[in-house]
Amino acid sequence: MLADTSSAQVQDRGASARSTLRPLLSLRGVSKTFPGVKALSEVALDLYPGQVTALVGENGAGKSTIVKILTGIYQPDGGAISIDGEPVHFHDAHAASAAGVTAIHQETVLFDDLPVGENIFIGHEPRTRFGLIDRKKLRSQARALLQRVGADIDPDVRLRDLGIANKHMVAIARALSIEARVVIMDEPTAALSHKEITELYELVERLKADGKAILFISHKFDEIFRIADRYTVFRDGELVSDGLITDVSEDELVRMMVGRPVGQIFPKREVPLGEEILSVAGYCHPTEFEDIGFRLRQGEILGFYGLVGAGRSEFMQSLFGITRPSKGAIRIAGEVRVIRSPAEAIESGIVYVPEDRGKQGAVIGLPIFQNVTLPSLRRTSRRGFLQLAEEFKLTRDYTSRLDLRAASLDQDIGNLSGGNQQKVVIAKWLATQPRVIILDEPTKGIDIGSKAAVHEFMTELAARGLAVIMVSSELPEIMGMSDRVIVMRDGRIAGEFERSGISAEVLVRAAAGLGAGA
Amino acid sequence: MIQLLKSREAILAAAILVLIGLISTRYSDFAAPSNLINVFNDTSILIMLALGQMVVIVSRCIDLSVASNLALTGMVVATLNMMAPGVPVPVLLLIAVAFGAMLGAINGVLVWKLDLPPIVVTLGTLTIFRGLIFLISNGEWINAHEMTAGFKAFPRYDVFGLSLLSWLAIATIAAFFVLVTRTPLGRAFFAVGGNPHAAVYTGIDVGYTRCLAFIISGAVAGLCGYLWVARYAVAYVDIAGGFELEVVAACVIGGISIAGGIGSVGGAVLGALFLGIVKNALPVVDISPFWQLAISGAAIIIAVAFNARSERKKGRIILKQAERLA
Repeated sequence: MLADTSSAQVQDRGASARSTLRPLLSLRGVSKTFPGVKALSEVALDLYPGQVTALVGENGAGKSTIVKILTGIYQPDGGAISIDGEPVHFHDAHAASAAGVTAIHQETVLFDDLPVGENIFIGHEPRTRFGLIDRKKLRSQARALLQRVGADIDPDVRLRDLGIANKHMVAIARALSIEARVVIMDEPTAALSHKEITELYELVERLKADGKAILFISHKFDEIFRIADRYTVFRDGELVSDGLITDVSEDELVRMMVGRPVGQIFPKREVPLGEEILSVAGYCHPTEFEDIGFRLRQGEILGFYGLVGAGRSEFMQSLFGITRPSKGAIRIAGEVRVIRSPAEAIESGIVYVPEDRGKQGAVIGLPIFQNVTLPSLRRTSRRGFLQLAEEFKLTRDYTSRLDLRAASLDQDIGNLSGGNQQKVVIAKWLATQPRVIILDEPTKGIDIGSKAAVHEFMTELAARGLAVIMVSSELPEIMGMSDRVIVMRDGRIAGEFERSGISAEVLVRAAAGLGAGA
Repeated sequence: MIQLLKSREAILAAAILVLIGLISTRYSDFAAPSNLINVFNDTSILIMLALGQMVVIVSRCIDLSVASNLALTGMVVATLNMMAPGVPVPVLLLIAVAFGAMLGAINGVLVWKLDLPPIVVTLGTLTIFRGLIFLISNGEWINAHEMTAGFKAFPRYDVFGLSLLSWLAIATIAAFFVLVTRTPLGRAFFAVGGNPHAAVYTGIDVGYTRCLAFIISGAVAGLCGYLWVARYAVAYVDIAGGFELEVVAACVIGGISIAGGIGSVGGAVLGALFLGIVKNALPVVDISPFWQLAISGAAIIIAVAFNARSERKKGRIILKQAERLA
């Protein structure tokens, strides 16, 4: 749906892309090996002034490694980097920023407790004659830089008090303050709302007009086609292809990324719906959401769509007992329940798989089996004492279903690969024998291959009679997986749509409050 | 991980044996069973306090008020004994445990309900508890002649060649072993310290769990309060002054991670024994007590460096995987 409009835009952009030929920064034959892993082998990358180059690849393709080499955090084992044709060596982060290369990360790496102005200039503050920081100059220069990026931010405000989008603006102002010529943006839109993303695009256009060379890393194809001039595809640490964005289609790009044609991306299966398992009525919270009500049946996948900040996660956390609602009632299988804590939610058969599974999922330092049984300890203990044999049995039951690869269930979960850690976390939730499972942004920031696995798994859960609530900000995922979609806006339900009535336009209009479903 | 911990404990045990061997070259009777029994008896209170501290540290908190709690509870039971000599020792023992637990609960509730940093809360109560001792005693000492014979004799009472004090330490070790390895609460301490965010989503109440850790630590400190006062037959404002640092040191030497989530009963016990042996051996091999402080300090730094190294190794594996995924 978006492909049509973006390809039209891309047409005229291609012409200007061809006219500029000399790269500002180029990498040749760059390799990097870590003990046991070849992260990059002989890759090449060119960044052109006034152009956006999109770097795409699955997780593990070597994108982060190349960012770290460009910013001087890693030293390449071989190969050459040149700027304006002159060879350069980034022996540390300082050298890279002195050469005009700067990176804006997905989670901004700035100082929350310092004021905005100091964040912009930290490391290269304007000095007075006596070598002290010139506060007046710092403030006025910061204000000028913020104006240049089009952000209305007071330089004296603490960074902590800004939203994510404004933090990005500060990071970009910082990039301008060191007179960066090469700007690397590592998934800059991952945590932004629709409006903030549009603002970011405008800013990227401005940076292009200033002649900056931009490396743009993203998993979102619509935005790649919207703002990039060129593309570079990495796979397993090797360069697969690069060229002008006008010369490829979305399908081709995906095929190059995964090395195989991607057929049906959403493995949605028709599952006969069972009994009504959950009904929520009149759920309210003083500040986050109001009057949320819906019903959910066994085998159903209910999508929750909305912009970031619409109150979806806040509502789910309340449903799970982390925060208390001010009003509202829940029935589970027809029975009225009051959920005051996560423990009560789990007991009632509701589990919540949070967005940030790395931070909120695995307990590193505990062995696999202890991670799995953590929410089920009441079942695996007798008279208040843990039964190790029971714990191992439960763990074995659930991890074997998920095909977990581990030397022993007694092994520290920290020694497992990311994918296997994920399986342990999922096994943990399944072991509680839930009736309703809430998945918050289940595929955020993961590659296409892993996404397909998560969707497959979701279908599997529904087929087993679980009711699934999926909170997602990705339209294709919402449309591909849900039986029914609830759209939230400003803490309220803005619309409810059956699968048959879903279209991208309807959902987006409802989420943005543009008539129709609102 | 468990193997790593085991080997870490094995290394500490080996270090203790080497230490005993070294001391024996200067003072041959040190390794005699009767002397080792004495050393253990001398270290019993440190062992118990280190165990209480362990569950607090494992849940990513710290209890700096243990020594003040010990001193306050000691003063309370000593005063009670002086004013009402008829109260039997077992009742005093229960009062000491309950009173200590109550003081621990003050820490716990402040950390839980007001969400204050544990180091600040217990630094505050450390001072407050000391101040309360002064209020109770008016700064006066309670001396041996003001205590009943039974009160003083209890910790020294000999059962099968060991004092009751030593037996209580052994019982505490056993109780903590069961608590930590065999109960949901013990598991919760590790989950809360290892990853508080994940713990919330698994239905563990992080604040409540930490509060219980403080109550346990407080109860142990209370028990030790009675034992300390009875053993040394004196109670005054400054008893066990600064002892909380030794307790934390024993935990750190025993491989309990200050960052939470990692630790074991064996580690805490061995860490306490290590300090106890250093303390007991130095005077007999004629080394100045100043060296004792230096050696304890060096042991702490070596232990922390050792733990940091083994933790970094673990970190590297994750990093390598992150690299592969990234």
